[in-house]
Amino acid sequence: MHVESKIRTPLITGGKTLHDVSNDISRRVEDKPSVSWLIALGISLIMLLVGGYAVYRTLWDGIGMWGLNKTVGWAWDITNFVWWVGIGHAGTLISAILLLFRQRWRMSINRAAEAMTIFAVICAAMFPLLHMGRLWLGFFWALPLPNTYGSLWVNFASPLLWDVFAISTYFSVSLVFWYIGLIPDFATIRDRAVKAGRTISASIYGALSFGWDGAAKTWSRYETVALVLAGLATPLVLSVHTIVSMDFATSVIPGWHTTIFPPYFVAGAIFSGFAMVLTLLIITRKVYNLEDYITIKHLELMNIVIIVTGSIVGIAYITELFIAWYSGVEYEQYAFYNRVTGPYWWAYFSMMACNVVSPQLFWFKKIRTNIAATFIISIVVNIGMWFERFVIIVTSLHRDYIPSSWGMFYPTIYDVGMYLFSFGFFFTAYLLFSKYFPVINMAEVKSILKPTGETKKNK
Amino acid sequence: MADSIKNFVLGVFEDEDVLLKAITKVRKEGVNIHEVYSPFPVHGIEKALGYNRSRLSIAAFLFGMTGTCLALTMMIYMMTIDWPMIIGGKDFLPFPTFIPVTFEMTVLLSAFGMVGTFLVISDLKPWGKAKMFDIRSTDDKHIVAIELEKNKLNKTKITKLLKASGASEVNEKQMD
Repeated sequence: MHVESKIRTPLITGGKTLHDVSNDISRRVEDKPSVSWLIALGISLIMLLVGGYAVYRTLWDGIGMWGLNKTVGWAWDITNFVWWVGIGHAGTLISAILLLFRQRWRMSINRAAEAMTIFAVICAAMFPLLHMGRLWLGFFWALPLPNTYGSLWVNFASPLLWDVFAISTYFSVSLVFWYIGLIPDFATIRDRAVKAGRTISASIYGALSFGWDGAAKTWSRYETVALVLAGLATPLVLSVHTIVSMDFATSVIPGWHTTIFPPYFVAGAIFSGFAMVLTLLIITRKVYNLEDYITIKHLELMNIVIIVTGSIVGIAYITELFIAWYSGVEYEQYAFYNRVTGPYWWAYFSMMACNVVSPQLFWFKKIRTNIAATFIISIVVNIGMWFERFVIIVTSLHRDYIPSSWGMFYPTIYDVGMYLFSFGFFFTAYLLFSKYFPVINMAEVKSILKPTGETKKNK
Repeated sequence: MADSIKNFVLGVFEDEDVLLKAITKVRKEGVNIHEVYSPFPVHGIEKALGYNRSRLSIAAFLFGMTGTCLALTMMIYMMTIDWPMIIGGKDFLPFPTFIPVTFEMTVLLSAFGMVGTFLVISDLKPWGKAKMFDIRSTDDKHIVAIELEKNKLNKTKITKLLKASGASEVNEKQMD
């Protein structure tokens, strides 16, 4: 009896050949910048400039420009930090964990997701750095360097210092992982430039490609490097948000002192990271006509990751409430009672609606395969995740142990400006990336073209 | 130098499965393949070419261990020997609090050490010039480069063999 397994939906549609892949992706780099791209870049630069003024005032006049007060000592800055770091989790997750699980659908999206990761981590790192006030002294505060206090070293028992190590390791390893993947693609662009006689771009991409020639020996080493880096990056990506959560969990503040924080934060990070990847890729795919590479199937698979992580986050919220009640500690109980019904109830409600309810819509196949719905929900999820961090940070702090020191947090325009600055940087960087770097990993897509493309099926 | 110029026969292949079979066949005939250039990693090619498994993972492990030792030495020296302090009621050697930084340093040194080694042994550097036998090998063709001087078979025989094993074209090139 002849049994043939069901043919899976092809990952790359449109019957692409190897040459088509080089063409479709490299052409975006070679074309003159479009008007819409220039407009988008202009808007991002304006955001960067306006936000830059807030950064300047923060540095010149100090963090008193922000809305912080004695009770609420952490607010938008750390909210933004955790939010951006969370967003910066999808890229390495896609390229490392999905590589270990041999998920081939990662190949169309890993490049853009990794780029987004790197830019998001830079945005994140900006907030604690600027919160130090005197940024230029930060080296001595954050790094184990000999100093004038008779070498009074940094405190390795502090989770804030663990964060310095975690974020900087995560950033640099992700950057290396991303760049190693870019080298073969830069070589493709270089050789296309050589062929077309464009000497300037040939020499720029020649330098970027490190003299890559695609020898089998080098490819074999490259594969080993990618696999080992994935193995290293997998625990790394989980460790980063674990350590970020320890900034809160190792304290004694009711509402923060929670043992479920590490897994809950990691799930939340993947959740928001995938949402941001979706937001950016839906636009990139549309503008660059990459529908054959980033298919509805890719979007659907990402939406499934969103349902899973969104549900984990939902369970974590409910567990937190249950444990607060079950603990029998009145401070703990009050922290959560105040979180849900206090003056910040609207933030709690937004968080619940955006993070727990909205992703459940993806149970319907019609919704998770609908681009417009996916796009809207991806933005809603990121709004919700911002509120989650705001809720955790501000509602746990604003009602201190003594009612006389209770207060509220009101952001100033400098808080808003700082947030705007991070967006300006993020979009500027992403726009430059999407114009001058290959947005899809050409070499990897070529390697799966035969087994999973449409051409094979039709033969 | 004129005498350093070498003559190569280049077999151009379109399909990776044909390529793999061709490599095995050509090598069985006793042909010494200089190198194969591909636009993407072809699975099983290192086996077909008789390359050993890369030892970069061992390098990664050793660099990682260096990171572990470095991190622990640093923290124990700073927190326990040089300026001992009681923090959070823990003793002078609060080992559990050292775990996160130790882990991060292990990963950092392991990743950077391995990637650095990879770049050095593969001769990849920003000022490096790629020696391309055929410019299409970064686009859509697999190029099998065979150096004539290192082979007993002559040019026509190698060409015939490559054609017979599925090469879409066979070219010649001189490289130094």
